[in-house]
Amino acid sequence: MSIINLLKIAFRALKRNKLRAFLTMLGIIIGVAAVIAMMAIGEGSKQSIRSSLSGMGSNMITIMPQSNEPGGVRLQGSSIQTLKLEDIIAIQKLQSKNINGLSPVVSASGQAIKGGYNWPTTITGVSPDYLNIRQLKLQDGILFSENDVKSFAKVCLLGKTVIDNLFPDGSNPIGQIIRFKNIPFQVIGILEPKGQSNFGQDQDDIILAPFTTVQKRITATNYLQSIYASATTEASSAAATTEISDAIRESHRLTVAETDDFQVRTQAELISTISSTSSMLTVLLTAIAGISLFIGGIGIMNIMYVSVTERTREIGLRMSIGARGQDVLMQFLIEAILISITGGIIGVILGVSSAYLISYFLNWPILIAESSIIISFVVCAITGVFFGYYPAKKASNLDPIDALRYE
Amino acid sequence: MEQKILDIHDLKREFVMGDQTVRALKGITFDIKAGEFVTIMGSSGSGKTTLLNILGCLDKPTEGSYLLDGVDVKSLNRDELAGLRNTKIGFVFQAYNLLPRTSALENVELPLFYNKTITAEERRERAIKSLESVKLAERFDHTPSQLSGGQQQRVAIARALVNHPVMILADEATGNLDTRTSYEIMALMQELNAEGKTIVFVTHEPDIAAFSTRTIMLRDGKIQKDSINQNQRSAKEALANLPESDDY
Repeated sequence: MSIINLLKIAFRALKRNKLRAFLTMLGIIIGVAAVIAMMAIGEGSKQSIRSSLSGMGSNMITIMPQSNEPGGVRLQGSSIQTLKLEDIIAIQKLQSKNINGLSPVVSASGQAIKGGYNWPTTITGVSPDYLNIRQLKLQDGILFSENDVKSFAKVCLLGKTVIDNLFPDGSNPIGQIIRFKNIPFQVIGILEPKGQSNFGQDQDDIILAPFTTVQKRITATNYLQSIYASATTEASSAAATTEISDAIRESHRLTVAETDDFQVRTQAELISTISSTSSMLTVLLTAIAGISLFIGGIGIMNIMYVSVTERTREIGLRMSIGARGQDVLMQFLIEAILISITGGIIGVILGVSSAYLISYFLNWPILIAESSIIISFVVCAITGVFFGYYPAKKASNLDPIDALRYE
Repeated sequence: MEQKILDIHDLKREFVMGDQTVRALKGITFDIKAGEFVTIMGSSGSGKTTLLNILGCLDKPTEGSYLLDGVDVKSLNRDELAGLRNTKIGFVFQAYNLLPRTSALENVELPLFYNKTITAEERRERAIKSLESVKLAERFDHTPSQLSGGQQQRVAIARALVNHPVMILADEATGNLDTRTSYEIMALMQELNAEGKTIVFVTHEPDIAAFSTRTIMLRDGKIQKDSINQNQRSAKEALANLPESDDY
């Protein structure tokens, strides 16, 4: 018995019961479509979180001070004064290939004033590297230079929110003077808008100035609130982290017994934490969809059982004209597989198109992974074999004499 | 000497039902030669159906030997029996047993699907030829529900012929048909027999048996009578003699 003949026989048998075949397929169709659509939505949201996080600088490394005193009052990170400019110099001395940007961060909040307008905001003192680390871009004007940093120049870059509030008439801020805590700063550049961060923070409510200026004129301190660095690539961020913390430990003269008085965090960690949350969501959604696929499989089994009983005489006839048990087994198995695979194909088409519809109408990000299509397809075929086998086995074990006379 | 299609010797079949043993066939011996038209008759409980199952290779004897076209059936397994049914026997059933919602042509093609050696074109060709020989060629695309009982049985006969069997085995093939249609079917059987087909026809109607060349009477699991029909009736003449407008 050739496979082509078997396929023809199974196909003809299904053709005789189009509606039933379709209804049986429906479970599979819905299951597969659900799996694919859910995975597309899950993967899409994961991808969009990932890309917006890397928009903040995917290779970014943050160094924050932290208390290493086991007892006593634990202080908030920003009031710990352990990070110093010497730490930056220590890191710079490494000349590591893994680190391609380094900037101290000193910030102060206060009122920015321009003419009759004012706006409560934060001034952040940084070095010129900061823009690259945070993936900020200049829309207009120029960046302050290393010389500006050395000479405590009173220059600044403004974010869009600050500009909107200080220059509501739309005049060009470049070259103008604004005051922050009564210190005049000349605006030399405008930052490209970045919009909200993932945590709802307005990333454009920002004034950047040389950190030396901020330290000397505004905060009157000599410590750093944090240090931002960037790794050359996402992969090298782990190595960079180790190098940085070794350098700082050395510069802080920490003995082996002492714990770090700072902490180093990478953006990669944050990305993996957040995307694992969304992975969990994807798994959950897919599991629910998988259950519906399973139920579709049980539907196939149910219908195949009914079909075997209903077609007992047909089976008897086939056996009497020469079908072997194996031929009958294969026929029913192929019928089940045909149902599940056809259902699978329709399900894939339906799943992909509904994913696109969702992204079109609801504006949700989607990502259709080829793997999700392949997996659900394979699962379909397995479902067909798994749930089709038992009824098919039952059919093949029928005694032709009894089957022929079955009423 | 004519070739023996069937050679049965001291055939016994027993069924064990609980602690009772039912002896359905109690030692039957006969043979059928090529070109014979044999009817097997008997009342219900005579072992007719049991014998038919064994002749059709659907069942195996408990004792005794059964040679079909020289093959010892007793030594074969389930799959080999299926192969034998496929190539040597053409079944015709009382209830036609056609596949519903399937065209006559596809129904006739069915046995050839289980024969690996036959190609798709050959299958179609033979099915059409077979339908022509039962005079239904122009209805090859009709489904069973679009055919009358007699036509359905003729499709079934075409299906039995399509694998060029050594023997056509009919089980009460006229049981569901009215007299006129029965005669038509018998006329077709006689025609096939005249072309050299060996036919074994199981029935309980004596007037059907009259169309055959030989009658084997079963009673109580044994052969009661095995006689050559001296004056075989012609089904065509019987058909012609039927009243023109009878309303049954």
